[in-house]
Amino acid sequence: MTTDPKSWLKDRSELGVSALLLLLGVLVLTDALTLDVDVSARGPVGPATVPLLVGCGLLVVAVLLAVDVLHGGRGEAEGGEDVDLDAPADWRTVLLLVGVFLGFAVLIGPLGFPVSGALLFWGAAYALGSRHPARDPLIAAVLSLLTYGVFDRLLGVPLPGGPLMGVL
Amino acid sequence: MDSLTSLTDGFATALTPVNLLWAALGVLLGTAIGVLPGIGPAMAVALLLPVTYGLEPTGAFIMFAGIYYGAMFGGSTTSILLNTPGESAAVVAAMEGHPMAKAGRGAQALAAAAIGHFAGGMIGTMLLVVLAPTVAALAVDIGAPDYFALMVLAFIAVTSVLGSSRIRGVASLLIGLTLGLVGLDQLTGQQRLTFGSLQLADGVDVVIVAVGLFAIGEALWVAAHLRRTAGRPVPVGRPWLGREDLRRTWKPWLRGPFLGFPFGAIPAGGAEIPTFLSYVTEKRLSKHRDQFGKGAIEGVAGPESAASASAAGTLVSMLTLGLPTTAVAAVMLAAFQQYGIQPGPLLFEREPELVWGLIASLFVGMVLLLALNLPLAPVWAKLLRIPRPYLYAGILFFAAVGAYAVGGEALDLVVLLVVGLLGLGMRRYGLPVLPAVIGVILGPAAEQQLRRALQISDGSVTGLVNTPFAVAVYAVVLLLLGWQPLRKALARRRAGARAAESYDDIEGPTRR
Repeated sequence: MTTDPKSWLKDRSELGVSALLLLLGVLVLTDALTLDVDVSARGPVGPATVPLLVGCGLLVVAVLLAVDVLHGGRGEAEGGEDVDLDAPADWRTVLLLVGVFLGFAVLIGPLGFPVSGALLFWGAAYALGSRHPARDPLIAAVLSLLTYGVFDRLLGVPLPGGPLMGVL
Repeated sequence: MDSLTSLTDGFATALTPVNLLWAALGVLLGTAIGVLPGIGPAMAVALLLPVTYGLEPTGAFIMFAGIYYGAMFGGSTTSILLNTPGESAAVVAAMEGHPMAKAGRGAQALAAAAIGHFAGGMIGTMLLVVLAPTVAALAVDIGAPDYFALMVLAFIAVTSVLGSSRIRGVASLLIGLTLGLVGLDQLTGQQRLTFGSLQLADGVDVVIVAVGLFAIGEALWVAAHLRRTAGRPVPVGRPWLGREDLRRTWKPWLRGPFLGFPFGAIPAGGAEIPTFLSYVTEKRLSKHRDQFGKGAIEGVAGPESAASASAAGTLVSMLTLGLPTTAVAAVMLAAFQQYGIQPGPLLFEREPELVWGLIASLFVGMVLLLALNLPLAPVWAKLLRIPRPYLYAGILFFAAVGAYAVGGEALDLVVLLVVGLLGLGMRRYGLPVLPAVIGVILGPAAEQQLRRALQISDGSVTGLVNTPFAVAVYAVVLLLLGWQPLRKALARRRAGARAAESYDDIEGPTRR
């Protein structure tokens, strides 16, 4: 057993989950207790009852989880076909993807779906390690246009066309 | 037989050109999704939820059911050729199927799996036709306390049977329930957890939660741990079975459904347990026991048949009781809610065309799937070579389309991302995703039923247990709560016995 506090914490980073659950529980309870119950209470069970139950549940689970972690319990990271749990986590890729996704959220209004969607796919593929200068953007453009066509024109689910669709 | 007439009407619905098209599209998408690594059927149906905005319900559900069954067919292809099961239901298929493929008998393994799925799905769906109306008729006059009891059952089952850690399951459920609380209280219109935000007053859309947890969370999690050298699939020819193989497989095909169906119908049964049970059964009964572990065809045929039958069982409890027992059923329930349809005993009375059209389409889909999978398996296997960056970029892309289609607001995309990051964290720390999704979908309904029941009984808690149905359901809940300690005790005893006999039993399915 190491006594280094930094690695002790790193080994028990799941305590952070416990802390988040605790925080969430406090949040739910505060919200429930500040509800204006008397005015509109109909029947014996008002709008605050279930939130109170859920909030208390969150606090209890937070404590139990912390106890479990301190006793050596660990949540098993989820496996999968393309998941290599032996390699260290690559958070840089995740951050890049988050950035690309937020960029899409910002651009869909001004640029419309076909353009921003293509950028989303291209950007995400790039972040995940694809480096084909011609194939990547081509697939992205075709996929985005097709999706726009199917959803907006065929299924009647409106997506913004943006300036590009104004030209075409 | 009343259900036979209804089924005939159902075929009239299912065989219209439009619905046939949806069924074909569903099984095609389903098979592709099953074959593609990294996408499960639950994620696929979640990603397709936005089509419910543009499609009438019958067509949508016919497509979803096709995806569900198709993914089962396709999942075994991945298991057999790549030895990396994506769906928990396909774990067992890899144990015998992959050794077969490596020994050059991949074609036979694929055929045994495909015909097994066909047999299991057919028998399971027939059982569904016979049983579902009966269950619905029995449950037709259940009231608020009964519904609440059923939802409690769903909550308990999903947290205590699945996953290795009950406490983490409960944590996930509570996160889901909390998300479900956001918005206006249904009975009094009071704002809860909205923090004064107008956008949050509408609540968090179920589609966004499902897509965020299943799709974005999964894609980000894989991105963090992407295997840089993807596994190489074993090349394979067209599936076929020789006379000797047929002689060995027909009994497992017929036995599998009777294990799969009941486990599919019970809460949190799913396909994992029955496929494993079927495997053990076939091993006991086989004349070729020495081949098990090295590529015994019975070990592919039985479990695969059980897996498809369990999907039919899942539909029984989903359609007749509104009780989702697997992730796919949970997402399909969300789709029902999108249409404002409440699955449950009354569904068979109120929406006969939808229900029977859906059931009939299962038969149609099964035939289509067999036709698609037997001759085309080598083509499907090519999907295994798709570059992973495209695959996961595609998942992010369609998730974004889905979330945006909900309300046409860019803010929904941000909410989606936040839920996705939550899903990422849950995967990192072993919190199962399914309880959270069930919590969001069933939480608000459960609260409504609870308050209604207590209103009737004027606040007395006995109002929750005053019907035999509710009492029976709570008895099952107690059983489930006692199940885990019991199973641990049994495992310990069995381990002791095994050590004594040095019996070469197989290990349990890979924990995942």
